[in-house]
Amino acid sequence: MTRYIARRVLQMIPVFFGATLLVYFLVFSLPGDPIAALFGDRPVNEVVAAQLREQYNLDQPFIVQYLLYLKNLLTFNLGNDFSGRPVAEVLGQIFPVTMRLAVLALLFEAVFGIVFGLIAGLKKGRIFDATVLFVSLVVIAIPVFVLGFLLQFIIGVKLGWASPTVGASAGWSDLILPAVVLGLASFAYVLRLTRTSVIENMNADYVRTATAKGLSRGRVVTVHILRNSLIPVITFLGADLGALMGGAIVTEGIFNVPGVGQKLYQAVIRGEGPTIVSIVSVLVLVYVVANLLVDLLYAWLDPRIRYE
Amino acid sequence: MRLQRVSKVVSVAVVAALALGACGGGSNNADSAATSTSITANGTEPQNPLLPANTNEVGGGRIMDLLFEGLLSYDADGKTVNEIAESIETTDSQNYTITLKDGKTFTNGEPVTASSFVDAWNFGAAAKNAQLNSYFFESIKGYDEVSAEGATTETMSGLNVVDEKTFTVELSQPESDWPLRLGYTAFYPLPAEAFEDPAAFGENPVGNGPYMLAGDNAWQHEVQIDLVANPDYTGTRVPQNDGVTFKFYSSYDAAYADLQADNLDVLDQMPAAAQKTFKSDLGEGRYSEKPTAQNQTITIPQYLEEFSGEAGALRRQAISMAVNREEITDVIFSGARQPANDFTSPVIEGFNAELPGSEVLAYNPERAKELWDQAEAISPWPEGKAFTIGYNADGDHKEWVDAVCNSLKNNLGVDAQGKAYSTFKELRSDATAKTLSGAIRTGWQADYPSLYNFLGPLYATGAGSNDGDYTSQTFDDLLAAGLSAATAEEGAAIFNQAQEVLLKDLPVIPLWYQVSQTGWSNNVTDVETGWNGVPVYYNIARK
Repeated sequence: MTRYIARRVLQMIPVFFGATLLVYFLVFSLPGDPIAALFGDRPVNEVVAAQLREQYNLDQPFIVQYLLYLKNLLTFNLGNDFSGRPVAEVLGQIFPVTMRLAVLALLFEAVFGIVFGLIAGLKKGRIFDATVLFVSLVVIAIPVFVLGFLLQFIIGVKLGWASPTVGASAGWSDLILPAVVLGLASFAYVLRLTRTSVIENMNADYVRTATAKGLSRGRVVTVHILRNSLIPVITFLGADLGALMGGAIVTEGIFNVPGVGQKLYQAVIRGEGPTIVSIVSVLVLVYVVANLLVDLLYAWLDPRIRYE
Repeated sequence: MRLQRVSKVVSVAVVAALALGACGGGSNNADSAATSTSITANGTEPQNPLLPANTNEVGGGRIMDLLFEGLLSYDADGKTVNEIAESIETTDSQNYTITLKDGKTFTNGEPVTASSFVDAWNFGAAAKNAQLNSYFFESIKGYDEVSAEGATTETMSGLNVVDEKTFTVELSQPESDWPLRLGYTAFYPLPAEAFEDPAAFGENPVGNGPYMLAGDNAWQHEVQIDLVANPDYTGTRVPQNDGVTFKFYSSYDAAYADLQADNLDVLDQMPAAAQKTFKSDLGEGRYSEKPTAQNQTITIPQYLEEFSGEAGALRRQAISMAVNREEITDVIFSGARQPANDFTSPVIEGFNAELPGSEVLAYNPERAKELWDQAEAISPWPEGKAFTIGYNADGDHKEWVDAVCNSLKNNLGVDAQGKAYSTFKELRSDATAKTLSGAIRTGWQADYPSLYNFLGPLYATGAGSNDGDYTSQTFDDLLAAGLSAATAEEGAAIFNQAQEVLLKDLPVIPLWYQVSQTGWSNNVTDVETGWNGVPVYYNIARK
């Protein structure tokens, strides 16, 4: 087990370097001159521009730029963005916010998705099952920004139950509404996945055996049906954490959440290489770690799975 | 009980994630605003450290204008008001003597002296400081020496401190409208501490304006910046509220939702989606509309063969007359733009809506077709070539570009198409490299209220923002004459003559002026929009 984890952690190193190299190359290939764009519609002062290019190493060829970035990275210096702020400070500000948002969304979709999916599966074909199936279909069909604007308008503007935007503090309670919007689509997927899985397992031999042994209904459902049904759901949730963190850009825009998605969007628009690469690298790490956790959870859920 | 062990693992992971997420959460200081008469307004994260000569975009500009005070300020109509300046005197429009008022101080107690201005301007102009707005000082004698690559000179020879309260400015050539620009951000004074560590100062600027930063952590990056009224302020822009908090929004939609919920007090632009509904959403007395010193044009480069020479001039006129400005501003912008009558803006002193030759900006499809056919007779339009209008797809431009192209197709029979650049920087790269294959959308927002600011930087031969490479000796001569006129009024009359030249040559096709649409919450009153479309924040009072 320990060796397995060590091997997986070692695998992260090439993944990390590969991802940063690829992203750096893509940023480098973006058309347009980011320094000229700093001047807006105004005339570009070539002397000033040359100095700024030198400051951000933009006058160097691609591979030199990348190696300089790596060199700084090893000394934990991520460089500065175009407004002169250290990128490390920017990361320290945006990641906790998006982390809170993603965790809330993940909790929402996991708890509600699994509970509703389990009940729907157990009561297959009944009115509850039909209703949640229909509702989840609607949720999947409506794009997230429509739901976002709708909920913002109804709950934030008309009813006044929550602030329409998040703003300064971005604390846990401020993020509930955006998290629900962010998690809604995945909630529907989790629900459907759990339901299908539960229905499949209900007919499995070991469930029949457990029932025949005289185990209580509650124990059969929680230990024998639910636990075995969770494997595909956990796989989905693990992959979704990465997607929630990097893909929250629409939701963050609607609710003005000062998080990763917004900063990444602005950095791409402005062509700020170091900022983009640093954010994406952290996202890659989150994704890889989440995947490792999922794999380890398999072993807990199903003792037949062993890692050597 | 394996399940319980599993749930322990899951809960450990969740707790760890919660703990990770919890660190770095800012404190909520919205509560403190409720007890005072502070107001909130929308803004965007300043893109550069807050230094006068490095602030070239609206996000930082509106903050700087409240933190600092220059020799002059502009009132809501764009008229100049003396602030730090007691007087600005000249006899030849080239040599200026500036005397300062007594008793003005920065918020750290340092007096505002002649050196505060001279040092700040020298700092802004010097190449080694890499300030984005350094070109603002180019009129001052000695600018070339300090701004050259690897320059060692750090002071402009045209600036001389006479005594504590007096300094003189010598320009390289006469410019009658030079004093008009002295209220612009780039010309603000700086205290001595700014030069010791400009980067740190830019994070925590110390100014002399009607407001100051509310403590050390007033600027929460990407989130908001808190300003409080400066108790020692003695100028004309006296704050009618306790402070202004600029909340940074990534979209006007989010800000608009906050405005409707009274969660934001002032919003200076309505989102595109609310263009048709904001009047009924907000209700009478909660919004205003006013033209501002910003226009939109289509630049047709002179280096395009079809648009040079006699046929080119005819084609430019035909295109201008084939665009139905009234209809587009009505239908697409719902009144958020006003059809253009000239190359400047109606809020500028000296503006004339009926310049001779301005009929070329009126919709006249028959005449347009006639002119186009005349051009065809001289040199036919290249077979199969499309007339493209480039625009950046990251702004709201597609709709009107398509509408203009349709007008041209229907009225002139030319294959007109929009050409989308994915970002503004790509569009600007092509424009500055002079490699355009068609027309592009352009626009100009005045830095200071002057006709010259709409003409000189854009159409003078070789000027920095002359994207189309326009050149005209007559126009250049008139500009020079206007600049050396004895008074700003005489200058304005000559600048309007220069505009008549532009109306004949049409280096760009003027389209419309920006109309600001300002909305406010139920909690505030006395909201007025300035000449530049920015609300006059210091006048806003809480109900």
